[in-house]
Amino acid sequence: MRLLLRRLGFYAVAAWVAITFSFLLPRVVPGDPVAAAIIRAETSGTCNAACVHAIELQLGFNVHTSLWTQYLQYWGNLFHGNLGWSWSENAPVGGLIVSYLPWTIGLLAVSLTLAFVIGTLVGVLMAWRRGSWVEWVMPAAAFFQAIPYFFLALVLVLIFGQTGTMLKWFPSLFGYDIYGVNPGLNLSYIFSILDHAVLPALTLVLASMAGFILTMRNNMLTTMDEDFVLVARAKGLPGRRVVTYAARNALLPVVSNFMIALSLVVAGQILVEIVFNYPGIGFHLYQALTVLDYNLVQGIFVVITLVVLLMNLLADVVYVLIDPRARHAG
Amino acid sequence: MTINTLPRTAADGSPMPEESSRRSRVLTLPHSPKVVIGLVMLSIFVVLAIIGTWAAPYSPNAVHVATWVRHVLVPNTGGSTGIPAQYYPLPLPPSSSHLLGTTVFAQDVLSQLLASTGATLFVGLLAAAIATVLSVIVGVTAGYLGGGADEGLSLLSNVFLAIPGFPLLIVLADYVPSAGTSILLVATIIAVTTWAYSARVLRAQTLSLRNRDFVEAARISGEGRLRIIVVEILPNLVPIVAASFLFTTLAAIGSYVAIAFLGLAGSPTSSPAGLWNWGEMLREATAQSAVRGGWWWWWVPPGLCIALLGTSLALLNFGIDEFINPRLRVAGLSRRAAKRAGIGVRPSFGVTPVVRRKAKPGGEVTAP
Repeated sequence: MRLLLRRLGFYAVAAWVAITFSFLLPRVVPGDPVAAAIIRAETSGTCNAACVHAIELQLGFNVHTSLWTQYLQYWGNLFHGNLGWSWSENAPVGGLIVSYLPWTIGLLAVSLTLAFVIGTLVGVLMAWRRGSWVEWVMPAAAFFQAIPYFFLALVLVLIFGQTGTMLKWFPSLFGYDIYGVNPGLNLSYIFSILDHAVLPALTLVLASMAGFILTMRNNMLTTMDEDFVLVARAKGLPGRRVVTYAARNALLPVVSNFMIALSLVVAGQILVEIVFNYPGIGFHLYQALTVLDYNLVQGIFVVITLVVLLMNLLADVVYVLIDPRARHAG
Repeated sequence: MTINTLPRTAADGSPMPEESSRRSRVLTLPHSPKVVIGLVMLSIFVVLAIIGTWAAPYSPNAVHVATWVRHVLVPNTGGSTGIPAQYYPLPLPPSSSHLLGTTVFAQDVLSQLLASTGATLFVGLLAAAIATVLSVIVGVTAGYLGGGADEGLSLLSNVFLAIPGFPLLIVLADYVPSAGTSILLVATIIAVTTWAYSARVLRAQTLSLRNRDFVEAARISGEGRLRIIVVEILPNLVPIVAASFLFTTLAAIGSYVAIAFLGLAGSPTSSPAGLWNWGEMLREATAQSAVRGGWWWWWVPPGLCIALLGTSLALLNFGIDEFINPRLRVAGLSRRAAKRAGIGVRPSFGVTPVVRRKAKPGGEVTAP
């Protein structure tokens, strides 16, 4: 319990740093980008004087109160769930992000789980059958680890996508068939969502699996030389049992280093959403960037950070659950 | 470098395999095919990066008017729009005059590919160099000093690890519109978002080194703090620094092409002009629907180059990993090699066939 509280304190610090950073950045960079964004908003036609003023307040442009007052205001707004106004969508940033999040979280959760389970199993297999043909997974995994997510996405679109030129099996644009089905609780909508998630999920699984494979293999090889594994074998336990003993212990560092893997997958998710025009948070981050809607950009940055920190906290809880040492330490 | 193999070695307190440390303190890589292939591939890319612009058959920006044979209508022009019809040339497939074909702007793909190698590789290496220096300073200082300094610096690197790096990079690059025009600027921004993991690994390793006898001896004999760090500790960190340098280069190249793909690193046609790089080529190709158009020769080569360059770095990294953690090296032992070395058993749990010693007189039956 004490361990979890300490982690919670740490994540609070990390969240504070990220939020303060997103508050300070538009206020400390030389004026041009912010000024350009405000001019863009003024001339867009969708943003009236009040809207422009709201943007200026949020970005600290043309505001004559002290930085400290602005900072307190920023936090006050944040606690009320007010992340500012997006002029390009003409809606409050908070509400927009809430509508984007389910797409991202759904895709991320499914592909991360698949990549983790498959990658870990393959890693265990590689360590178990070391020296056999399974070793050839290594260079292949290196290749998939090095391939950029967006390039892999393009290749899959070419081969399987309906906008590609070869098999045309799966749709490769948007989160569902925006022309053919009505969003709501009906079968065709749900089927359309699943159909449209195949290629983005496949990209994420293929590209992020390699990291789990290599990590698990290395951890397994190190664990298999531990004395307790030797004892288990000496007691005559069947190989399969020994493997599970070793695997459970080799899994611990994977969970405790979840942070790094997650960071990479989130980066991949953003790029994959952009390639597939998938209506999640990453795609809208890109859209907001291209039209200089900085309020939306920053709101999304803050929310992504908070979601990632929350998932890290979950990983910590899992760690405490599976490692008795961590449980008893507190 | 894969996650957490390094802290583990740090924990069991053997940073370098005995034999190698006796031979020399410099990094000697195992002669495994992985390392050899990785080195060969990396050298090819380095050579291409150096001679790229010079060896390119055309200028990457040159437009070949002669090839404007077949046309693609520019969207929103001609027909019912009232704007006079404008055309892009249709990209030409590979031929003898354009070995990798042309783009929709009638530019030579091979020339762009060669001209892009330099910036892509150089930004990666420079960013990794900056990140490595940062991580050595933070990690080694934290590990050696301990106490409050350690708490503070560890918190700093852990915060940078916890905040997702890529969104941070996007936001930073977005607020610095001229980032893509300067290799140093873009490399610095990438380095800021990639240094933290190495710092954590180096801190753990320094922590395990600082109480060893030889460091203790240096301290008692009155050597200064800086001297102990530079002369006694740093040489023992070389393999780990090398591994994290390669790993960071891989990450930095990935980050660079990704922000270039998003159009945040400037393009050669923008003002101020950015640099040619593989991410930029992919951005132009997808912006012109090259996948839908079936013009694979435009976007597959740069993507493959990124993947192959990354693979070469990863393969080298396997070599260093096996150097740092000998248990991984034994795993590379194939059954044929084991048989040749006179060990007929299949490698199994808790029984690590130690071929190195037995086969030493014959020489070369180290892990293949």
